[in-house]
Amino acid sequence: MSAISRERGLAALREMLRIRCFEDRCVQLYGELKIRGFLHLCNGEEAVAVGTLGALEMSDAVVSTYREHGHALARGLAMGPVMAELYGKHSGTSGGRGGSMHIFDAARRFYGGNAIVGGGLPLAVGLALAQKLQRQPAITACLFGDGAVAEGEFHESLNLAALWRLPVLFLCENNRYAMGSAIDLVESQTDIAAKASAYRLLSRPVDGMDVFAVADAAREAAAHVRAGNGPAFLELRTYRFRGHSMFDAQLYRDKAEIEAWQKKGPIITLTTQLKGLGLMSEDDYQRLEHDARAEVQAAVEFAERAEWEPLEQLERFVYAERTQ
Amino acid sequence: MQIDYRLPSLGADMESATLVQWLKKPGEAVHRGEAIAVVETAKGLIDIECFEDATLASHVVQPGAKVPVGTVLAHLLSDTAVPSPTAPAEPGAAAPAAAAPTAPGVFPRQPTRPGPPGTAARARISPAARRRAHELGVSLESLEHGATGVVHIEDVERLAAQPAAPADARAAMRLAIGSAMARSKREIPHYYLADSLDFSAAREWLARHNAALPVRERLIEGVLIVKAVALAAARCEGFNGYHRDGRFEAATAVNVGTAIAVRGGGLVAPALLNADQKDLAALMREFSDLVSRVRSGHMRSSEFTSATITVTALGEEGAQLLWPIINPPQVAIIGAGRVSPQPWACDGAIVARPVLAVSLAADHRVTDGRAGSRFLRTVCELLADPAKLATAESRT
Amino acid sequence: MNDASAALHTSYREAAREGLRAALAADPRVFLMGEDVGRYGGCYAVTKGLLQEFGPERVRDTPLSESAFVGAGIGAAIGGLRPIVEIMTVNFSLLALDQILNNAATLCHMSGGQVSVPVVIRMATGAGRQLAAQHSHSLEGWYAHIPGLRVIAPATLDDARFMLAAALACPDPVLLFEHIVLYNMEGELTAGLQAVDIDHAAVRRAGRDLTLVTYGGSLPKCLAAANMLGRDGIEAEVLDLRTLRPLDDAAIMDSVRRTHRVVVVDEGWRSGSLAAEVTTRIVEQAFYELDAPVARVCSAEVPIPYPKHLEDAALPSPERIVKIARELLARGGNG
Repeated sequence: MSAISRERGLAALREMLRIRCFEDRCVQLYGELKIRGFLHLCNGEEAVAVGTLGALEMSDAVVSTYREHGHALARGLAMGPVMAELYGKHSGTSGGRGGSMHIFDAARRFYGGNAIVGGGLPLAVGLALAQKLQRQPAITACLFGDGAVAEGEFHESLNLAALWRLPVLFLCENNRYAMGSAIDLVESQTDIAAKASAYRLLSRPVDGMDVFAVADAAREAAAHVRAGNGPAFLELRTYRFRGHSMFDAQLYRDKAEIEAWQKKGPIITLTTQLKGLGLMSEDDYQRLEHDARAEVQAAVEFAERAEWEPLEQLERFVYAERTQ
Repeated sequence: MQIDYRLPSLGADMESATLVQWLKKPGEAVHRGEAIAVVETAKGLIDIECFEDATLASHVVQPGAKVPVGTVLAHLLSDTAVPSPTAPAEPGAAAPAAAAPTAPGVFPRQPTRPGPPGTAARARISPAARRRAHELGVSLESLEHGATGVVHIEDVERLAAQPAAPADARAAMRLAIGSAMARSKREIPHYYLADSLDFSAAREWLARHNAALPVRERLIEGVLIVKAVALAAARCEGFNGYHRDGRFEAATAVNVGTAIAVRGGGLVAPALLNADQKDLAALMREFSDLVSRVRSGHMRSSEFTSATITVTALGEEGAQLLWPIINPPQVAIIGAGRVSPQPWACDGAIVARPVLAVSLAADHRVTDGRAGSRFLRTVCELLADPAKLATAESRT
Repeated sequence: MNDASAALHTSYREAAREGLRAALAADPRVFLMGEDVGRYGGCYAVTKGLLQEFGPERVRDTPLSESAFVGAGIGAAIGGLRPIVEIMTVNFSLLALDQILNNAATLCHMSGGQVSVPVVIRMATGAGRQLAAQHSHSLEGWYAHIPGLRVIAPATLDDARFMLAAALACPDPVLLFEHIVLYNMEGELTAGLQAVDIDHAAVRRAGRDLTLVTYGGSLPKCLAAANMLGRDGIEAEVLDLRTLRPLDDAAIMDSVRRTHRVVVVDEGWRSGSLAAEVTTRIVEQAFYELDAPVARVCSAEVPIPYPKHLEDAALPSPERIVKIARELLARGGNG
């Protein structure tokens, strides 16, 4: 594990705080009916987003799930258009049409944003297939949760990727709950990294609450894949502080469990670590948090001012539009 | 500054919630991210959180209350609150038209071979209207002539009900009747039965009945015949209804079409509705009304469409016995000849009696001679004992 | 409100829950399985409390493995049980399409009648809550295409309460669709009603000027449209199909014979929709009753978008139904 510098530490903390402040503001906006539909937040999982996305190149492809705000922001999508997308405005990342679950950015090779659990894995396999056949040095990172491990698509995708030695970096964000289903109640083998290794690819568990552990593991796995060794699999062990989505009474887990994990959360962990190493002061922290809130506020104002897509455009983009 | 703390929406289909418990009291500090109350929703108990660092000033809603999303639950006091952004613009506000040029695709368009030109200006007549025209004997040409837009059932019926006016209208009506009758003869396998009865009892009954009535209300013989036919149609299956689309549909109501001559020539047969359920006085009134309206041209379309069986009587100048033609899509028509003195067997002797010959033409696809005979028998028995016709009869 | 009517006042969600409870209590062969039906209480809270009442053998949380657990439901039905499989929404049923079509619908015929599959598969369906393209499908029409399946759509409180029992009594696989906008609907159950069938359509509002034929989540929209038309003296008849496969042709044609004009309202996309099937049957069986072409109000041919104004424009609405109905009644018809 590489040494942490102040610069690196503050950068990681800033990224995680941006995500945390964004997610917390979303709760309020949803309550005010500004964001509608389904909203899935990643409080507690910021280290996974920041650590993994930070290890990728901009030429790499990224496939994500409906719990994707952190991934999108860590990938470098600007906060204003992401917020506008949640509002459904025309200047959102998908023109407002997708909402929280369907964030796309072709220029940054961010391919959503899939609402069907496990639905992104075969897509990632395909993107990697194209990369390999076209001899590109790029890889495809595929983020998904522990719930996807139960779907048939998971097994088919890992098998195919391993068989054809495709450059897929499978990133399983194990937050221990698939909606309301605790992992030990839905998996006969709860060691997901071990389960994945049955497909004969590089597979390892990672402490998902430690942003540098995540970053180091992701960098190493990405290099392995980029070198043509076939796919790799990281099981990022983390925890979801909020409910599955907004409308969740969380009848399936104890408040005590949540509180225990919150004390071990990625932001608290890094803050304590950096302060302990003398790399950061409380003022530094306050400044970072203040900057994050300000950026979120600016994004909200951007979204508030943004226009709605005109109704006449409803039937556009059903098919690709040709240009001469 | 005071902040309204409102019940947040927590779900796509959440419309309201019940406040179960306040976690903070007035005067207590609340912090961003801290739970301030517990609400009950369809999914269970959920903590709702505060988004500001503030002091809870007062509770507005008390535990136990069920309120809609957006209701102010409490007032908070904050010194550092950021005012919320202004309300968003309403969606759907006038926007510039989408200027996307959808340029043609890369592939060349295949040349198409045009088919033969369609028939010019084919009139648009609904299927139901065509069928009705067929039934009423209204020719399609008379429909298409002057038709703008689409021709509906209503248009056909209006055309069929038009009063006789100038001579060519009379010719058109003759044409329409002719084509309806021709079609009836072509398509319906008619069978014919006749029966006769001693009409003296009916005449005596009528005389006694009418003696007590003003002229206007007196019953005519024809009304007795209509009522008798109506009751027989209600009792005997297969004579009251329509044959179409290849099958017989019995009608629930008995609407007796009564053939009425139109001034200037021609015949229409509007219906006396629910004739089996009306008393003779009511039938007489309606019949008189029908006759006057036919003569003046003020018919209602339902009166033409709704006859389920027809009676035709030629009155004093008519023949003794008629062989009428069924009005499609009906399946039976009853003819009543002129009542004339005829030899009649009575107690072994021959006497002169006023005899009425009643004839039935019926659709052999629906009934046969046995059923027809029973029908006629019923009519004759009722006419022989008019007291049975005098009251309205309920359907059994 | 006295006790009797208080007992009858309910919501669609509660009525569905009561139907499940009654089914579990009545027959030990009945069990329920699906994602988050137990501990979570059901994605739409329909199954809340059932795990506590009936235990984990009868109310089973499954992993996210639609193909496996739907297939398992089919197998359990063949094996003598009466499973109620909940697929969280029709959107996820695509993962189990092979099991539904190639097993549930087909085994009876393929085996020459030796094997029947008495499974009930419940699914939430439909759009209107801004859930975006992958969570807003109305695929009832797709399933109604498949011989071997029964497809039903309870759209009233009585049907939400009682259609399940009829489905369980049916020896064939039954797909039961609950439209998401109906869950919060409140009202009264019909006093004294103990059972309903799953074979017939129902006239929800009698009329004489035109017929609105519909099912599921579009029923309230049609009733609202009928009220709007009624204020202008246009009396619309509203026919709730209730069963989508098989369709109750007799009820449809009876209504066409009464009114001679039809609008079919279907939340599926227009092309190849259930509305297209209903229209064709009307043309086949009651052509000469029609005084105007059959009209359809369906979803626009786009994946359902997230923002409210676009979603509303894409789906059938009472306003659009009224507009099409007026066009149908206008002199000259449409087209």
